[in-house]
Amino acid sequence: MTPDGDTAAGTVDEEPRFSTWTGTARGWMLRRLPPDKLLPEDQPSYVASWIYVFGMGAIAALVYIIVSGCILALNGPAWYHVSGLGHFINSTHLWSVELFFMFMVIHLWGKYWMAAWRGGRVLTWITGVIAFVVSIVTAFTGYLLQTNFDSQWIAFQAKDALNAVGVGAWFNVTNLGQILMWHITLLPLAVAGVVALHVVLVRMHGVVPPLDAAATDAQLQQDLPQRASVEGEHL
Amino acid sequence: MPFLGQEAVMRGSLLAEAGIPAPGIYLGWGSFLIQFGNLIVIVLMVILFVVALFLPFPRGKGRK
Ligand code: HEM
Repeated sequence: MTPDGDTAAGTVDEEPRFSTWTGTARGWMLRRLPPDKLLPEDQPSYVASWIYVFGMGAIAALVYIIVSGCILALNGPAWYHVSGLGHFINSTHLWSVELFFMFMVIHLWGKYWMAAWRGGRVLTWITGVIAFVVSIVTAFTGYLLQTNFDSQWIAFQAKDALNAVGVGAWFNVTNLGQILMWHITLLPLAVAGVVALHVVLVRMHGVVPPLDAAATDAQLQQDLPQRASVEGEHL
Repeated sequence: MPFLGQEAVMRGSLLAEAGIPAPGIYLGWGSFLIQFGNLIVIVLMVILFVVALFLPFPRGKGRK
């Protein structure tokens, strides 16, 4: 193997034909997401606004949610429902969820008002919607784990709705063991997976130019030809 | 706790210790009803959104 910088650049420029599926997959990935797009060193000047920070804010909150959740899982309810430190970690887990949702909703408003689904970015928007919905289900299962009258009330209200929809047998909110597993394994994995896909899509397409950007802007002139060729292939 | 007297506060903490949630504060105008906590979250989000649009973004270090 040659030093990685050379390999990547050479593969993209020369567009070699591969006869193996690993080579084909590598070529496909390098064409869609070359390393300098995956980890760019700068962004267009219009990204210098606080409204673009909320996506990363949501990710930062999510990282803390997962770390504190792991601590809760490793110690168990006999620790976090009883000891002072346990209560504290449990509370920071809840409050980082509050921050996560606030940042996500502000992010959503921002992307809505800048119509950030333009220019072949539909999938970015759709993965955002899925992240929102899966996060709500995850938070809901979290509320069911409090094992108090609150969680009992929530479960017994929700079971009727879920039964009416027909999923109550597979997703039984009165089955604490099942809901615990959903909350600490399946749903966090789903949220993390969807968010990873969402961010990769943002990297692939580059940040959308503002609505009022003139087509004559130097930055757009520089970016557009390349973008059009990549997006033309699959749209 | 603006709407609760001393006794109610004590009763609230006893309920909390027994795992019984406090009743919560609700605000309503006509047919519109909202829980105080939810209202705070929504107002906070709107404020953050507006601030994010108007607060100038700091320039990065060592940028051209
Ligand atoms: C789990 C929650 C979410 C996380 C962690 C997240 C994260 C991010 C990040 C880091 C970015 C790039 C930086 C930025 O512009 O903020 C981004 C862009 C974007 N997000 Fe999200 N997001 C989430 C939810 C959503 C939701 C609910 C929507 C809308 C339904 C959405 C729509 C978008 C769009 C359209 C872009 C692309 C903007 C562009 O290409 O210029 N996201 N997201």
